[in-house]
Amino acid sequence: MSVTNLKLKPQAAPQPPDQVIPLGHPGRPGTDSRLARLAAQTVTNLVPLLVTLSLFLLAWQLICSSPASSLPAPTRVLEESWDLIVHPFYTGQGVDQGLFWHVFASLQRVALGYAMAAVVGIALGVLVGQSALAMRGLDPIFQVLRTVPPLAWLPLSLAAFQDGNPSAIFVIFITAIWPIIINTAVGIRNIPQDYQNVAKVLRLNGFEYFGKIMLPAAAPYIFTGLRIGIGLSWLAIVAAEMLIGGVGIGFFIWDAWNSSLISDIIVALIYVGIVGFLLDRLIALIGRAITRGTANS
Amino acid sequence: MTKSYLSLEFIDKSFERGSTRTEVLKQVSVSADKGEFISIIGHSGCGKSTLLNIVAGLTQATTGVVLLDGKVVDQPGPDRAVVFQNHSLLPWLTVYENVRLAVDKVFSATRRKRERHDWTMRNLELVQMAHAADKRPSEVSGGMKQRVGIARALAMEPKVLLLDEPFGALDALTRAHLQDQVMQIHATLGNTVLMITHDVDEAVLLSDRIVMMTNGPSSRIGEILDVPLARPRRRIELASDRTYLKCREAVLKFLYERHRFVEAAE
Ligand SMILES: Nc1ncnc2c1ncn2[C@@H]1O[C@H](COP(=O)(O)OP(=O)(O)O)[C@@H](O)[C@H]1O
Ligand SMILES: [Mg+2]
Repeated sequence: MSVTNLKLKPQAAPQPPDQVIPLGHPGRPGTDSRLARLAAQTVTNLVPLLVTLSLFLLAWQLICSSPASSLPAPTRVLEESWDLIVHPFYTGQGVDQGLFWHVFASLQRVALGYAMAAVVGIALGVLVGQSALAMRGLDPIFQVLRTVPPLAWLPLSLAAFQDGNPSAIFVIFITAIWPIIINTAVGIRNIPQDYQNVAKVLRLNGFEYFGKIMLPAAAPYIFTGLRIGIGLSWLAIVAAEMLIGGVGIGFFIWDAWNSSLISDIIVALIYVGIVGFLLDRLIALIGRAITRGTANS
Repeated sequence: MTKSYLSLEFIDKSFERGSTRTEVLKQVSVSADKGEFISIIGHSGCGKSTLLNIVAGLTQATTGVVLLDGKVVDQPGPDRAVVFQNHSLLPWLTVYENVRLAVDKVFSATRRKRERHDWTMRNLELVQMAHAADKRPSEVSGGMKQRVGIARALAMEPKVLLLDEPFGALDALTRAHLQDQVMQIHATLGNTVLMITHDVDEAVLLSDRIVMMTNGPSSRIGEILDVPLARPRRRIELASDRTYLKCREAVLKFLYERHRFVEAAE
């Protein structure tokens, strides 16, 4: 952006002086009570969580505080892994990185594998949902392949790609794709006859039908598949990385185990859990934004 | 047989499910002149929707043909716009977008963008829904949805407007209001209309002719009644009109004495 553009800003008309609204102004009881209700709601939602968390930590502390305990108590985790906790952005040599970078590396692999799974999965789901022939030919194969545990694919993909990174990405892809295919296909098959009739009366061509009827009508199903897929991806990446090594939260955990840094493992697990939760919420949020209004008519 | 604008000639329809074959329609012939308003009345399950779907091209007749304006109907198309029983608006589109989709599709080659927008709005105004153009179907009432469905159908400038129990799911007051609106639109635009109903008053009030169907299976046309009432028709004046009452009685007699509804023994 040019500098002249920026110079224009201060010339804006002077704002009228702010109106002074005394606190507790009698004219706006609605806002106040709404705020109060929101605060009350937050408290009622948060208090039980805080209570269970404290109880859990307390129990953990009591159980693991004896010197003979094989697992560290919370206070010892804090003590031993303090550097790890307060320096998430630390960069060192090789795999000696802050937790943020490990998570970031894992997320990159997930993003790649998951994006491919989404594209290919939706395409295959549309195919299977649309055509009875494709359904008969492909569905049995999908039903068998989807039961193969993610890690069972790893040796095969290592043999195929001769490299850890693409193999891990492939494992994500093959893990996430099944629920996406299956849910998309169900969504396509469940498009109400009414919408199909509307499309026929309007003589929509295949391309218009795909974009204007099929995708929006199946969107809630597709997002169910995408949401299951992202959860499975995150489960699989941690396991896959333990085996392929390199930077990544999975290998970090494995490495910590080999170095007997149990406290570091616990910190890493908390990261894994929170990131997995956020990924799930992210897809749910996108889904809700896109399918807004579609669920009920 | 004289040449009429729309004619259904000797329509038979049977559905086959596995080895069982149910005959729904038998030897149904109806014809309509341009601008005529025809109602089809009959008990539930007698095959009214099936007949309408055949005219729409959504279902193929087993034997028989439908002719519209001299051409054989063999597939669906916007020249036979349908207002479905349950509105079937696309819930992910706004009221405006639902109508606009039809307008864009039908007039993509012949009208400019600006004109298509104006035409969309004009049809929404025709059913008094312009104020809710940006609402989604889930945000408006059942009667409003049905009005949008009618606007969408009208916006295609169809040769025939096909209405499948358009007001069946609405409360009595809303229904009366929409019936008046449909009469108004019919008077203004002069559409040829084929409407399915199971409401005797609705049939007599709106139609030029009433086609009465016998009970299924193998429904036939039992009787065709002319409704020689002058237009515009006003429901309050008609309530005590001799001709109106006679027509009404004729339909009631047909439905409730000669072809009483019997629960199918399935
Ligand atoms: N696709 C179909 N397959 C088999 N039977 C059908 C099908 N559509 C309608 N029918 C049968 O045809 C008969 C007439 O249905 P329909 O036309 O919907 O009746 P109406 O609209 O008069 O209530 C019913 O007995 C119904 O079960
Ligand atoms: Mg019906």
